[in-house]
Amino acid sequence: MKEQPILQIQKLSKQYGKGCIHCQGEHVQLEKNFCPVCKTVYACRDISFELYRGEILGIVGESGSGKSTLMKSLYFDEQITSGIGLLEDYENGTANIFEQSRQQQRLIRNTILGMVYQNPMLGLNMDFSSMSNIAEKQIAAGNRHVRNMEKRSLELLDHVNIPLFRSKEAPRNFSGGMQQRVQIAKALSNNPPVLLLDEVTTGLDLSVQADVLDLIKSIQRELNISMIVVSHDLAVIRMLADRTIVMLNGQIIEHGLTDQVLEDPQHAYTQQLVYSLL
Amino acid sequence: MITVENLRKSFTIHHLNKALPALQGVSLHVPEGSFLGIVGKSGSGKSTILKSIYRTYEPQDGKILFQSEAFGTIDLVQATAREIVYLRKHEIGYVSQFLNVMPRTTALELVEQSLLDLGVSKEEATTKAQQALRHFDIDESLWNSYPNMFSGGEKLRLNIACAVVKEPRLLLLDEPTASLDHSSKLKVREAIEKLKANGTTLIGIFHDLEFMEGLCDNVFHMAKMQQKELV
Ligand SMILES: Nc1ncnc2c1ncn2[C@@H]1O[C@H](COP(=O)(O)OP(=O)(O)OP(=O)(O)O)[C@@H](O)[C@H]1O
Ligand SMILES: Nc1ncnc2c1ncn2[C@@H]1O[C@H](COP(=O)(O)OP(=O)(O)O)[C@@H](O)[C@H]1O
Ligand SMILES: [Mg+2]
Ligand SMILES: [Mg+2]
Ligand SMILES: [Zn+2]
Repeated sequence: MKEQPILQIQKLSKQYGKGCIHCQGEHVQLEKNFCPVCKTVYACRDISFELYRGEILGIVGESGSGKSTLMKSLYFDEQITSGIGLLEDYENGTANIFEQSRQQQRLIRNTILGMVYQNPMLGLNMDFSSMSNIAEKQIAAGNRHVRNMEKRSLELLDHVNIPLFRSKEAPRNFSGGMQQRVQIAKALSNNPPVLLLDEVTTGLDLSVQADVLDLIKSIQRELNISMIVVSHDLAVIRMLADRTIVMLNGQIIEHGLTDQVLEDPQHAYTQQLVYSLL
Repeated sequence: MITVENLRKSFTIHHLNKALPALQGVSLHVPEGSFLGIVGKSGSGKSTILKSIYRTYEPQDGKILFQSEAFGTIDLVQATAREIVYLRKHEIGYVSQFLNVMPRTTALELVEQSLLDLGVSKEEATTKAQQALRHFDIDESLWNSYPNMFSGGEKLRLNIACAVVKEPRLLLLDEPTASLDHSSKLKVREAIEKLKANGTTLIGIFHDLEFMEGLCDNVFHMAKMQQKELV
């Protein structure tokens, strides 16, 4: 019963800067994620993991550990420095998605991936109506039937509990929780098998957080979508994720079953992270 | 059904620079359909055994050979996280005193969900979930409220309901009657009796094992590190 991952990432690295003699080469050990000489930032270093169909994979780590950089790299917002990415739904997982043309990457993004950004300003056009925001993604995915698009947008807004009479309003007027829900509706509009969620509940009050978490879980159950959920909030990860990855200074330092990572952390940093919150 | 061989587990606390041995070579065997009770002092490692089987804890050494329906004989110490996720959903249940739930999931939905995970239809899930909630005396007025607000005993009974409805092949019970009154304890005993009759294998920690008299087939004594058959 060998299970095929829907997404496989091998040795993904992303650096900001060119590097220098001091920081390049196989055996260099940087204390943090940047080179003290040339200041190159190694935001992601040799990240490898697998995502399986229908699962929620959690990613935790302190601020600056490289979580958002990883998510943006997966969504082609950032061009990676090196690494391999294989999607089962693209060329049967035989082609490195990071080596494809911009056009092919747009196609992958529009048909296989959905993204919910930490900052709603990155994911939504604040001046368009919520409906147009969702339609935009559908047009990108090749939908041309205005009537169908409208219907689908309303369905999605309803699904994420945005009152339909507000569908023509721009998200600028919405609360933080509503903006995140519009982002989720937009991300779902092309029925992506893979959804990326970066700190979707951060900064929302607890009761709004609860609604958004519930929405995410119900979407995963109903649609059997695979998700990567980034959060620095261990409670969020505990509730949502079956498996969890811990990042520090751009690297994966620990991974495993979520309850194992939280109750029997092996790495000194993970222990500090977990115990500091008890 | 499950054979534990020379299981070792210690906890390394990095900031104290300390290693805390919790299990130093535990071996036990639980035949299919039988019930093993574990007894011992507080801190002797009882929960650590169960959590190692459920893989909440990662043992350093030893084997936990489980007869799985899906994988055949599988060593739970070596199994991948994905295999464990599957087994938890389909074959191995765990009941503790703690409840980890979504904030906006009602008690009824919670029990239903554990059935839906198995692939049961929505209607059947609802019917069975209601039966289970009723069996464990969870008042109907609570069915549609959020378990976060439940009392300790209610949470515990809800936890048991979730595990029991799935009729797992192996059920791990960590003091499932600890804070319950006598009549709730009886309900738990009754549920265990029923599961056992249906072939579920059980490993349980009970501070009052007498309460399981007639149900428990073997006892493992932490102090002696020995398993004894009850007659
Ligand atoms: N465009 C950029 N140019 C230079 N450095 C960058 C750039 N984007 C990110 N970085 C650096 O890369 C590292 C990782 O940043 P990233 O945003 O991925 O962190 P994060 O884990 O998402 O943190 P947070 O929890 O605060 O959101 C940081 O050191 C950051 O300063
Ligand atoms: N997650 C953990 N981290 C560190 N030490 C632990 C952890 N869980 C248990 N221990 C230690 O392992 C020993 C056995 O604990 P436990 O199995 O809970 O005992 P029991 O269930 O028999 O009371 C104790 O010394 C306890 O402090
Ligand atoms: Mg970030
Ligand atoms: Mg215990
Ligand atoms: Zn350098």
